[in-house]
Amino acid sequence: MADDPLLSVDGLRLHYRARSGIVHAVDGVSFDVRRNEALVILGESGCGKSSLAKALLRVLPRNVQTFDGSIRVDGEETMGYAEERFRQEIRWQRIGLVMQAAMNALNPVVRVGEQVAEPLRVHLGWSRQRAQARAREVFDLVGVSQDFLERYPFELSGGMRQRVVLAMALIAEPDLVIMDEPTSALDVLTQASIMNRLKRIKRELGTSFILITHDVATSSEIADRVALMYAGQMVEISNAEHFFHDPAHPYAQALMASVPRLHQAERPEHIPGEPPSLADPPAGCRFAERCPKRFGRCAEAPDMLTVEHDRSVRCWLFRYGGNL
Amino acid sequence: MNRWVEGLRQLRQYPSAVAGALIILFLIGLSIYTVIAIPYGQALERWRGGAYWERNPVNAEPIWLDRLTGGNLPKTFTVKPDPDTVASEAFPGGRRVTIPLDFSFDAGGFPSELNLFLDAEYDERAPFVRLTWHTPDGRSIPLGSHQVGHHDRIGLSRDWDLERRLGNVPHVGLFAGPDPAPDPQVLDGDYELTLDAILFEPDASLDANLVVYGQVHGLAGTDHQRRDLLLALLWGTPVALAFGLLATAGTTITTLVIAAVGVWYRGWVDAVIQRLTEVNMILPLLPILVMVGTLYSTSIWAMLGVVIALGIFSAGIKMYRAMLLPIREAPYIEAAQAYGASNARIILRYMIPRILPVMIPTFVTLIPTFVFLEASLALLGLGDPSLPTWGKILNDAQNQSALYHGFFYWVLEPAALLMLTGLGFAMLGFALDRVFNPRLRTQ
Repeated sequence: MADDPLLSVDGLRLHYRARSGIVHAVDGVSFDVRRNEALVILGESGCGKSSLAKALLRVLPRNVQTFDGSIRVDGEETMGYAEERFRQEIRWQRIGLVMQAAMNALNPVVRVGEQVAEPLRVHLGWSRQRAQARAREVFDLVGVSQDFLERYPFELSGGMRQRVVLAMALIAEPDLVIMDEPTSALDVLTQASIMNRLKRIKRELGTSFILITHDVATSSEIADRVALMYAGQMVEISNAEHFFHDPAHPYAQALMASVPRLHQAERPEHIPGEPPSLADPPAGCRFAERCPKRFGRCAEAPDMLTVEHDRSVRCWLFRYGGNL
Repeated sequence: MNRWVEGLRQLRQYPSAVAGALIILFLIGLSIYTVIAIPYGQALERWRGGAYWERNPVNAEPIWLDRLTGGNLPKTFTVKPDPDTVASEAFPGGRRVTIPLDFSFDAGGFPSELNLFLDAEYDERAPFVRLTWHTPDGRSIPLGSHQVGHHDRIGLSRDWDLERRLGNVPHVGLFAGPDPAPDPQVLDGDYELTLDAILFEPDASLDANLVVYGQVHGLAGTDHQRRDLLLALLWGTPVALAFGLLATAGTTITTLVIAAVGVWYRGWVDAVIQRLTEVNMILPLLPILVMVGTLYSTSIWAMLGVVIALGIFSAGIKMYRAMLLPIREAPYIEAAQAYGASNARIILRYMIPRILPVMIPTFVTLIPTFVFLEASLALLGLGDPSLPTWGKILNDAQNQSALYHGFFYWVLEPAALLMLTGLGFAMLGFALDRVFNPRLRTQ
């Protein structure tokens, strides 16, 4: 058990019914999260990142067509859990979630202190006083003054609300916190301060994080490993150092080249074209159309290949010995 | 909660809200006073009519109505014997007692009735009285002789023989001048009814009370059964408020919860609720209530139950559903789901509180609707038969052709209270609507 990764996802699929057909939002995603690790899931808008977050916690919309694969928590398969058992055993106690648009994720008519403490009262049946006391500790942890406990969400700034939502995710001391675009709506200074908090929490509590973002710069601050997502699939999973300095997949390389850097003469490059529609993904490599290194084999769908320790890439190039 | 305090503060800026609130407070105060001053059982007992009201006039208008129009119609008064003037004279085999009942009368109208109440104590032989009426101008009119029972009421007004002799009904003829005239005038002065009683037993006694019924009575007047309308007007207040409040609370809360359940679970649950609502919306409420009242029971609680039962799947569900649908998709609902809040918790704590502010004005304006409904049922003769209510007064007035006979007060008093109730809740409700529904605010 102890050798198992904290979270192990294998072949996860989440397809929606939509007017345009079946949307393959998450299409066979596999990855692991280890203990005390920050995994950044990086991807552009519409690549299925948020759907992945929802699928992991089973907060699914109505129009789900397919939801299968394997999600193991501590080596135990949870896909077979009934909804009620999943709600009581996994959500919040094992895996916390900070939703996208977290600033609106607070009930506007309930004081924030009460909301943060609510999971404890719902799941563990704690008394109001005990839960409030714990909420106070967690507010300290995320860097919000205890004075704010008695406030309503609209009385808080965006950064404060973001921290409150983070506090809510942390209050039951889950092993893993999934954060969906936690800092996208915030200014850079607030982003940096929240990232520092996250690092400290990770160090002090040993919590693992999945950070879902499109922001390369922010993700580089905290990532232990990076999983790059494109059109509903993982295209590269590497440890952070390798990923940021020596990206392997052509998409990863193009992405890194598009990030503007200080003290560097080259102009940032843009990636031509658009990502394919998730309603009708191409049969072969999904990046092929925009890929500068495209060759004949790309008409077939590549598998995830482990190219070296701690790095796997979904690209035919690596079957033929790497960089061409 | 802040929002409520803020709302109340804003409410004070609307004079209509303050006036409405004062009216409602007045009605509530009146209800509390009534329930304490006249207990429920006592009110029911008295409203059944009978001896309790025997010293009240029939169909008397309120005093203030007469006085406001400059009249001076007589009030009811009772003449009791003065022990000093009672003369007693023994004779073999009995006692002769003379009881003078004297009073002065100078009102602007004739009494409406004359009754002599006699209480006698004896074992076997009943006393015997002879009555003589003395007018201020010195005439003596014999009113006949009566054997007296233990409790007797001698209806002087219903003495047909006397009426023929006086040429007018006794309570007019006895107070008018000597000559019968088509338009008799009240003769002011001191009157006396002398009782000459023969008591046949040494321990026997006789007490006499002459009641001169007026044409005006109290604050509210009386009805055809001598009942003081004030009792029904007072007791109508708590009944109306309780009915309105319970019916409103019963329908609004269930409707709200059902709408929220439908919105949350969607699918067939929502579909069933919507179809039930649509069927229920075309069912006519009043005819169903008339049927229940006719065939089952006219108890106010049965009516309340039916009103609430029919009100559960009412049009409100459509409105609340429309308001809840966007809330259901709000991110914080999804967040609550993600931390594992149960369905009941999400419905009760996350969805419903969001529309409470919008619901409160509706709630307040709905109360008089049910008050009127209860009054309508009573007016149609389907009111609770034992309970004194505003609708019951109207029903009696209708049955006694009150307006044809000119007893306007009988109809206007309960109507005024009904209107006051409607006005109070409407004024408060509309102001609340502006406070909690900012789109209606004009600046």
